[in-house]
Amino acid sequence: MESIVADTAATGGRRGGGRRPSSLLRAVPAVVVLVLLVAAPFVLAPFATTVLGRILVFALFAVSLDLLVGVTGLPSLGHAAYFGVGAYTAGIVAIEVTSEGLVLVLVAGLAGAVAAAATGWLAVRSSGVFFLMLTLAVGEIVYQLTTTLDSVTGGSNGLYGIPAVRVGGTALTLAGYVYWFVLAVFVLGFTALWLVSRSPVGGALRGIRDNEPRMRSLGYSPFRYKYVAFVIAGAVAGVAGGLFAVQVRLVTPTEAGFTTGALALLAVILGGAGSLWGPVLGAAVVVLVRDALGPTLEGHGPLVLGIVFVLAVYLLPRGFAGLAGISAAVQRRRAASRRTP
Amino acid sequence: MTAPLLSLSGVSRHFGALKAVDDVTLDVPTGARHALIGPNGAGKSTLFKLVTGSMPVSAGTVSLAGTDVTGLPEHARARLGISQTLQHSSLFTTQTVEQNVLLAAQRRHGSRASLVPRRQAAARERVDGLLADVGLEHRRGSPVADLSHGERRQLEVAVALACEPRLLLLDEPAAGMSPAESARLVELVRALSETVTVVIVEHDLDVVFALARSVTVLHLGRVLLTGTPEQVRASDAVQEAYLGTGRESLFTDTAGPAALGVS
Repeated sequence: MESIVADTAATGGRRGGGRRPSSLLRAVPAVVVLVLLVAAPFVLAPFATTVLGRILVFALFAVSLDLLVGVTGLPSLGHAAYFGVGAYTAGIVAIEVTSEGLVLVLVAGLAGAVAAAATGWLAVRSSGVFFLMLTLAVGEIVYQLTTTLDSVTGGSNGLYGIPAVRVGGTALTLAGYVYWFVLAVFVLGFTALWLVSRSPVGGALRGIRDNEPRMRSLGYSPFRYKYVAFVIAGAVAGVAGGLFAVQVRLVTPTEAGFTTGALALLAVILGGAGSLWGPVLGAAVVVLVRDALGPTLEGHGPLVLGIVFVLAVYLLPRGFAGLAGISAAVQRRRAASRRTP
Repeated sequence: MTAPLLSLSGVSRHFGALKAVDDVTLDVPTGARHALIGPNGAGKSTLFKLVTGSMPVSAGTVSLAGTDVTGLPEHARARLGISQTLQHSSLFTTQTVEQNVLLAAQRRHGSRASLVPRRQAAARERVDGLLADVGLEHRRGSPVADLSHGERRQLEVAVALACEPRLLLLDEPAAGMSPAESARLVELVRALSETVTVVIVEHDLDVVFALARSVTVLHLGRVLLTGTPEQVRASDAVQEAYLGTGRESLFTDTAGPAALGVS
């Protein structure tokens, strides 16, 4: 396999020659993972399936944050606000109107996008510490709203009594069916973000991350691109929030709070910012430690997370995605040494 | 008579009491190969920033092909056809050579506003051509971080050209290039179509006189002289600006600081 890649790289002067086969090869792990995820409910116990569903929900949220942090270079501390907005919207719609899954997810995504469009207009104009502070403030405002608007959100008790999600009119009561619904939406959301990051706009976002003044001198308006990225990230975070309401059927202010946003940021850094798939692994680690391992440690889950984080920063400065980067770099060096004997 | 492509009228930029650029009036006709020279601190790079819009003017107007662009932000001016290379390489260092040029090329040739991946055949073809022109085709896949200083300067030129500019501002493009590399650069700029107007700031006067058909000398933010290369070479005022007064004897002495290159 490696020799095929090296050969096409050596013979094909045109980059198109080398790209096609390697991108097909790169799709293989993704397909394997997808097949494993689809098959999981057949193998796992209902509780484990639910945990896996929660991982996917949180992973989609983390990947949407990665579009901001890793691709665009906008570290947001308040991204949980849009997750929370999506979760509450989906929960309220499910209770008051319909619990049809597709509707819930779309409404949640729309709510997240609208919230991000309203707040991002200002936030995206700032940068550095000011961006951190503004997003933190937005997050706090949404958190305060969720706790004080008792009549709408249920206050600190949370929004409970969310009915089981329906698909085509049938309520999904079994953990496995809910999981498949979550998985389907996760795959769609992830694919959407992946397409954006590989698109010309994604290239421009990376350019802004690396060198915003230069992008301006090339004729790009950084504000417009950052704003689009912010709204897309908000929309997908909203979708993830909607999935949370579907999966957990209880939405509390914590979901919109700083801790959720910080954990997502942790997942992004743990997984490797900018890679999109890395944060999925990061989210898995975070949720496993917090939800699965945490209870057995008498509430010391966060301590373990902290240790994992410190180790990751020291040992994997580019996160899990950095491990794949190492093997790619080794291949590139080999190819280069072969070219110049 | 059409309006000059670039027209500066009374352009000034003050930093407190310091007049970095002071009342510069200058017309550069379409298709010109114009050089901007002057001692360090003469305000050459600042003047470029005022033209591109990365720095606002304190006074005066900047016009591009007869349109007043003084109030336009930098990216809008870039879209009107102003492109530049910067004195200190300013590239996208985590990305490959090809991606760097593609970012510039996709604005004109591709679907830059597309949210889904595109083949961008036209843009990529242009990138291939430009990389061949500047001599980086074998480095296409290398990350910018791996490039030598000279290669980065070449890439900088390719990025600037990928914008398909009407007005190309080159700020010391040959700085740090080897003689072979700067010869290649001169060839490249010479080969540019007459529709591209070039303004170049350069300390290497061999490059300047190889390219420029007109020269403006800046000194302490003011225009000292605008003329043909021959006039500039012959000017006493220019020699004074570069070498200070009372050193004419040094200047005529071939072994002296005349080696700075004004001769």
